[in-house]
Amino acid sequence: MDTLPNKFGAYGGAFVPETLVPALNELEAAYIAAIEDDSFQHQLFGLLHSYVGRPTPLTHAKRLTEHLGGAQIYLKREDLAHSGAHKINNALGQALLAKRMGKQRIIAETGAGQHGVATATACALLGLDCVVYMGTVDMARQEPNVFRMRLLGAEVRGVDSGSATLKDAINEAIRDWVATVDESYYLLGSALGPHPYPTMVRDFQAIIGVEAREQMLGVHGLPDTVIACVGGGSNAIGIFHEFLADENVELIGVEAGGMGIVDGKHAARFADPEVGRPGVLHGCYTYVMQNVDGQIALTHSVSAGLDYAAIGPEHTFLRELERAQYTYATDDEALAAFQLLCELEGIIPALESSHAIAEAVKRAPSLPKDHVILINLSGRGDKDLDTVIKQLENGAGGEA
Amino acid sequence: MKNSMDKMNGVERIEAAFANEDSVIKRPLFMPYFTLGYPDYDESLAVVEACAAAGADMMELGIPFSDPLADGPTIQHSTQVALENGMTVEKCLTAVAALRARNIHIPFLLMGYINPIMAYGIKRFVADAAKAGADGFIIPDLPMDEAAELIFHCRRHNMATIFLVAPNSPPERIKIAVKLSSGFTYLVSVMGVTGARRNVASDLADFAARVHAAGEGRSAVGFGISTPEQAAQVGQLADGVIVGSALIKAVDAADDKAAAAYNFVAQFR
Repeated sequence: MDTLPNKFGAYGGAFVPETLVPALNELEAAYIAAIEDDSFQHQLFGLLHSYVGRPTPLTHAKRLTEHLGGAQIYLKREDLAHSGAHKINNALGQALLAKRMGKQRIIAETGAGQHGVATATACALLGLDCVVYMGTVDMARQEPNVFRMRLLGAEVRGVDSGSATLKDAINEAIRDWVATVDESYYLLGSALGPHPYPTMVRDFQAIIGVEAREQMLGVHGLPDTVIACVGGGSNAIGIFHEFLADENVELIGVEAGGMGIVDGKHAARFADPEVGRPGVLHGCYTYVMQNVDGQIALTHSVSAGLDYAAIGPEHTFLRELERAQYTYATDDEALAAFQLLCELEGIIPALESSHAIAEAVKRAPSLPKDHVILINLSGRGDKDLDTVIKQLENGAGGEA
Repeated sequence: MKNSMDKMNGVERIEAAFANEDSVIKRPLFMPYFTLGYPDYDESLAVVEACAAAGADMMELGIPFSDPLADGPTIQHSTQVALENGMTVEKCLTAVAALRARNIHIPFLLMGYINPIMAYGIKRFVADAAKAGADGFIIPDLPMDEAAELIFHCRRHNMATIFLVAPNSPPERIKIAVKLSSGFTYLVSVMGVTGARRNVASDLADFAARVHAAGEGRSAVGFGISTPEQAAQVGQLADGVIVGSALIKAVDAADDKAAAAYNFVAQFR
């Protein structure tokens, strides 16, 4: 059987119950066969074009650039992809793969709801059954996406265990998959989990970087800096990947700094060595937020999509290689960036993506005017309006 | 028999228990699972002691983890309560030593997820567990492909490494699991997480036959078994039967936890 490398340096692997090992091997073989099959690629590319609306545009954020008074800021507009975020690239790719494998029932987890919506969308399009696990805390803060998934025909199952967020939704999705592995396909939404997911999800998201690089070359040349937010890290790895060989392009991942690192209420796996250490969560060896006894820590972020205790293994590897750097933005910084983009560019960004914008807001003023920052605007913020209104009423964010 | 087991450790002690099955008790070993620290530290020790007194031949002692993805609701709940009560890996090892100090000599297998063990340090964990009086490990999220370090340290301390095989495991994986397992190979009887099922899986006989054909070694069946009738049925196919969630439920339902555990185990003997 053909195989792909299952680790990124020391990170990755497949730490899963034995029942899932044959399923993951089958998935890997099917994935390899699919990507070597022109008709699969043709079908996927056709849908990405005619259904998702790819290529997504590149926007020069002129008023934001002017406001910050330094580096030029460009936005890769994944918010304009059908269903509102980059998540559809992967959901559609994997749903096509599931169909090819003859699996009619799709299981997915979701945090912010964007992956759930993307999966429900792909399932509706392809006539597949869809069950989405979502923490009840996330269901409350991302209510519009719960309605959206249900409208699209998905069954949304609330998860009450643990912190009732993304981590717990993944636990339940895996438990479902263990019991139904013959008929179900687990459509994991980020570049994490057991092999081959981190590789496969990255490959399906790599189109972001492929397009963005070509678009940048068309209007300017290579960017100097690429910035993306990192929860599990699929939008970041998606835009980084095509730039890895461009050694002069700096790659910056932005984690959720939550209420600040000192308070411990955050999801910045790399920022806090007391808590973020190598370990295993959801089948993958990578940086994981945990207590001294190896129990998974509760995370916090204003954005549900970044509120997760582990980071994709390839990010851990890129950081170790010093090819990418990782920093964080706090809830307040992200909210301020959110408002800034609304006011100056007429774009309502997702709170996740607002973390990437916040980093550009910090850097741009002190950089020369010929320095180019490319931000992956991974999703739109309609889903976040309730959260933002509540936060602003409580006095967070404010004038930037 | 039990008098000689007190001087043994690890693989040796497990093998002695199985030898006892062949020569004396002539029935499969009964190996209950219980979560250490549930419903609290002292009660969990009392439950394990009662299980041993009622004739459990071996025990699986659960090390709690915050995200037990191979477990159903009953064991999930028990581990969550244990963690809320402050249970740690270190306290689990202390519990093992305390049980040995109470003159309980049946084999103890520690069952837990890999992250807390990694956080403790695999090398240190194996050494300290051996010192405390444990005999081996079952780690459901550590498939044999990722287990080289654990196996290495276990061989040095004569601790058993017990790998799981599932009904969908292909023959080549079953073969390796049987070979790498010491003590016994753990047959996961159903596709799914731990917890009671109404019926024993219909294809279990075929699965057990495939495992026996894969190589020399003992086998035990777990996941989904809750009643003496099911255990008797399963016992015809393997050397041991593992029951976990049903014991926890029995303990939950009673005020006197130890008495409930005693009565529960006694039904299986």
